[in-house]
Amino acid sequence: MAQVMASTLDSKIPDGPINEKWDNRKNELKLVSPNNKRKYEVIVVGTGLAGASAAASLGELGYKVKAFCFQDSPRRAHSIAAQGGINAAKNYPNDGDSVWRLFYDTVKGGDFRAREANVYRLAQTSNQIIDQCVAQGVPFAREYGGLLANRTFGGAQVSRTFYARGQTGQQLLLGAYSALMRQVDKGNVKVFPRREMLDLVVADGMARGIITRNLVTGELETFTANAVVLCTGGYGNAFYLSTNAKGCNVTAAWRCYRRGAYFANPCFTQIHPTCIPVSGDYQSKLTLMSESLRNDGRVWVPKQADDSRPPHEIPDEERDYYLERRYPSFGNMVPRDVASRAAKERCDSGFGVGDTGQSVYLDFRDAIARDGIDVIRAKYGNLFHMYEKITAENPYDVPMRIYPAVHYTMGGTWVDYNLQSTIPGLFVLGEANFSDHGANRLGASALMQGLADGYFVIPYTIGDHLASTKFDAVNEDHPACASARNDAANRISEIMAVEGQRSVDSIHRELGQILWNYCGMSRSAEGLTEAIDSIKKLREEFWTNVRVMGTGEGLNQNLEHAGRVADFLEFGELMVRDALNRNESCGGHFREEYQTAENEALRDDENFCYAAAWEFKGVDEEPVLHKEELTFDYVPLTTRSYK
Amino acid sequence: MSDVLNLTLKIWRQANSEDRGGFQTYQLSGISTHMSFLEMLDVLNEQLIANGEEPVHFDHDCREGICGTCSLMINGQAHGPDRETTTCQLHMRRFNDGDTIVIEPWRARAFPVIRDLVVDRSAFDRIVSAGGYVSVNTGNAPDANSLPVPQQDQEKAMDAAACIGCGACVAACKNASAMLFVSAKVSQFAVLPQGKPERDRRVLRMVAQMDEENFGSCTNTYECEAACPAAISVSNIARLNREYLRASLTSDA
Repeated sequence: MAQVMASTLDSKIPDGPINEKWDNRKNELKLVSPNNKRKYEVIVVGTGLAGASAAASLGELGYKVKAFCFQDSPRRAHSIAAQGGINAAKNYPNDGDSVWRLFYDTVKGGDFRAREANVYRLAQTSNQIIDQCVAQGVPFAREYGGLLANRTFGGAQVSRTFYARGQTGQQLLLGAYSALMRQVDKGNVKVFPRREMLDLVVADGMARGIITRNLVTGELETFTANAVVLCTGGYGNAFYLSTNAKGCNVTAAWRCYRRGAYFANPCFTQIHPTCIPVSGDYQSKLTLMSESLRNDGRVWVPKQADDSRPPHEIPDEERDYYLERRYPSFGNMVPRDVASRAAKERCDSGFGVGDTGQSVYLDFRDAIARDGIDVIRAKYGNLFHMYEKITAENPYDVPMRIYPAVHYTMGGTWVDYNLQSTIPGLFVLGEANFSDHGANRLGASALMQGLADGYFVIPYTIGDHLASTKFDAVNEDHPACASARNDAANRISEIMAVEGQRSVDSIHRELGQILWNYCGMSRSAEGLTEAIDSIKKLREEFWTNVRVMGTGEGLNQNLEHAGRVADFLEFGELMVRDALNRNESCGGHFREEYQTAENEALRDDENFCYAAAWEFKGVDEEPVLHKEELTFDYVPLTTRSYK
Repeated sequence: MSDVLNLTLKIWRQANSEDRGGFQTYQLSGISTHMSFLEMLDVLNEQLIANGEEPVHFDHDCREGICGTCSLMINGQAHGPDRETTTCQLHMRRFNDGDTIVIEPWRARAFPVIRDLVVDRSAFDRIVSAGGYVSVNTGNAPDANSLPVPQQDQEKAMDAAACIGCGACVAACKNASAMLFVSAKVSQFAVLPQGKPERDRRVLRMVAQMDEENFGSCTNTYECEAACPAAISVSNIARLNREYLRASLTSDA
């Protein structure tokens, strides 16, 4: 049983009614005067939506910013792959939307495990994001009259999603990247690409810098600053197969955890219902098909188990449109966790289709008959093209086959309302933090959160830290820097010194299998207990038998991967421990022992209405659990229903 | 058609930017036609590591055709034989049993090789920082619908904005020109009202930076368009030329 500490966590939620909290906080926060801003240095790690928007906005304010990414250009961060859209409470369609409804839907969608005050602020800032992006020249879809178009996403009964074809993430990221490059031109931001953060420098209890590996030269570099902003995304690649880019990793966040930043709700992972199914054991990643497709596509399986007829030979009355059957009011637009579990249930019961029986149909036949092929092509052309590239099947003629895959991680570094972690001076934004999506994220909300944090929250809250702190000089000769640099160097030498037999990739795949089987869509105490053991053994295997080619000098992609897998092997255990601790089912966390008679998630608000924040005690030691009790003063705790 | 391929790979190996580099030949068997091209290289690398050899270095990240990281010349074609397809979205079903496949890095003076198939494309970032943006600080924006944009202009802007910045246009061009890349960014803002205030300065500065980075000149052979995985049209280059001429004649910037 995990050791539990009396809560020392101060979430710093502002006073006042929920709709006034953010204004109240902004009024209390200390300011740094314009001429003093240039005296402060800020490090931003990661250049996705959160990182690029934060670095650009802080640069505009006059801070001296250094931005880091492991990619060869800041424009390539994985936010770029987000397809469907970004939510905002504009209510342009006049269909009854409001800040309140977006707030309500997000709290409910997160199955009551998010922090109410953060979610309300997110909904409040959503409209400004759209304004900002349009001003930057982001080409959102428009109606013939020249005004912005909207579409619907899962878990909502209004159309509040703005989009740029199936490339919304790309266009928003390029907008933020452009703003970032403008600050580079002005000399306020310096970008360091092909750098991997290997450690956090904590001096006198405060985050004061980072250690990076220059991926081209292999050199370990030290950068100091007055604050560090972590925008390094999620940890979905712990599962090996996910919709994340191959480079996505937990290393930066994990290094901060090891330096004292609590890690919250690691077991909250989102399995996205509409991905292209696994086709073979060589598979290197899974590809998402945007949730927006469920606006026009209908999900079904044959009514008869093991029906091997091709889909067009199965008449309507022999098809089970199971989402429409089980959830008549939301139908195909139920939230992701619900849709994923329903697909798994059908496949596990023998109704799955395709060679492996591990997929369901997403069928556009009726939409094409209703709207014509041109309308469907205009909406989803690039997604259909991508599907055909990968599967060699034409979705205009035959239904897509889809299956759930790991996509997004709601858990992350614990932060207070100001987005500051338990290490003063370390702020965490976007997917890397834990606060806004609870146990399940609604579609088109990740882009919203990344940009809200970067454009509209951190520019206010970081100033308070800078203005209220007296900084001692910390340069790269400071003992804290030297020791962090030393630790990073030793870890690389230790990995290189193993000289075993197994490739990094094979160990990573095995870890992914363990997590998918025991900590994936369905979890049990028995399986999770077994998984902790398996992960420990695999970690031991890594440190005694991994084979990494080359040297620590120069570009070495094999070594980069090894370092990330070494951290996933520690992180994976924490994820499983968190899942084992949470004796309830909520959102993406489904424990087989806790379900209703109709196989829906059974939450336990009496005992588990808290965020689980874990404190590092050593690699082979049990972490300590700190609970942040969650209160729901505005959206009453109810059983989520989409029926 | 067989579901499994046996292949001969001729791959450019270069230890670092100083090294002269050269082709190495590898035999690979049992490649499933359902694999992506990069998964085929993953299999090769696992084989190399098992034999105690250094794996082939290549850039890749999202593996779904949008990040623009992957960058291979495959049998002399940027991103290989399929139209509008990045290397990561190319699948082995496009190849035949017994094929020899030649794999090289992007070749351009402005894109120096870092190692094997990995090149330095930071020149593109410097071009964008010279003006590929609308100067609007966070928090200054009016309501998004206060500025209607005709749908056809928005669509044109989106067509240009779809550029993934991979550099295939440069690699495919006999002159290693970056005109398609630069024209896509210039066009996106040239057709939108948001881009109008900085129109002249943007095109003049971006073109000046492009020249400084040692990219070649455009001679209208359209190889760039044929190679582009994001279907960026050469009509953008015509627009860039018009914008440049207009700015040169009328601007006091």
